[in-house]
Amino acid sequence: MAIDMNAELRLDGNAVGGLLIEVFGEDLTNEMSTCPDCGREGEVATLHAYTHAPGVVLRCPACDAMLLAIAQTPRGTRTVARLEMKGRLP
Amino acid sequence: MELVENGEVSTFLHQVAAEGDRFEVRGPIGGYFVWEASSGGPILLIGGGSGVVPLMSMLRHRAAADADVPARLLYSSRTYDDIIYRDELDRFAAKRDGFELFHTLTRAQPTGWKGYARRIDEQMLGDVSRAYGAQAMVFICGPTALVENAANALTNLGLKPDRIRTERFGPSGT
Repeated sequence: MAIDMNAELRLDGNAVGGLLIEVFGEDLTNEMSTCPDCGREGEVATLHAYTHAPGVVLRCPACDAMLLAIAQTPRGTRTVARLEMKGRLP
Repeated sequence: MELVENGEVSTFLHQVAAEGDRFEVRGPIGGYFVWEASSGGPILLIGGGSGVVPLMSMLRHRAAADADVPARLLYSSRTYDDIIYRDELDRFAAKRDGFELFHTLTRAQPTGWKGYARRIDEQMLGDVSRAYGAQAMVFICGPTALVENAANALTNLGLKPDRIRTERFGPSGT
């Protein structure tokens, strides 16, 4: 049986709570966010998380749009944030 | 601890960590997959394997708060010996204070087993959730496939998506 490893390895925003504290200085998992593409609203914990690449990507569970990417490199942390969070991001 | 292929934590503990190593533990982190007795219920808890751990925290909190919020746990394990917190869960259920326990064993069942004997499916979820109706607050934690299948099945059964909270653990072992 073919196994879709991307689906099997998918986590959610709960799994990146610690990383978000490192990058943004606070626990964002219970904060509401809005997808700029499809308008879906939901807590950061509900976003799909892919953590097995060299970096972490959060995607919209409704339309799969990339909402947040965090790459930690020897020269620092690079962040691309597309999700809208009232008063916080971007 | 079981080694899960591509597992983030288990591969580290098996292949890198050694006896005598010291660990720094950060947390607790995350305010989403949390239930407070004051949030009410009824609560429907669905766990697979070690996904039962945060659900057990909720049940211990419920007991410590002397809450009589109706609560049901549907817990999937491979075999009887794989059931985590087995005795403590039995003690909670024996109190008959509104907590009800449902086990399913997916790989092997002891002689005379009276619980479910298959993977969690929509029919099973219907049996367990029906008494609570659409107002149940649901917490699902376990391997990603189990979590997503259970959440979809409960939505099909008419439960409200915004009352279903999930936490995915990634792949299950083989």
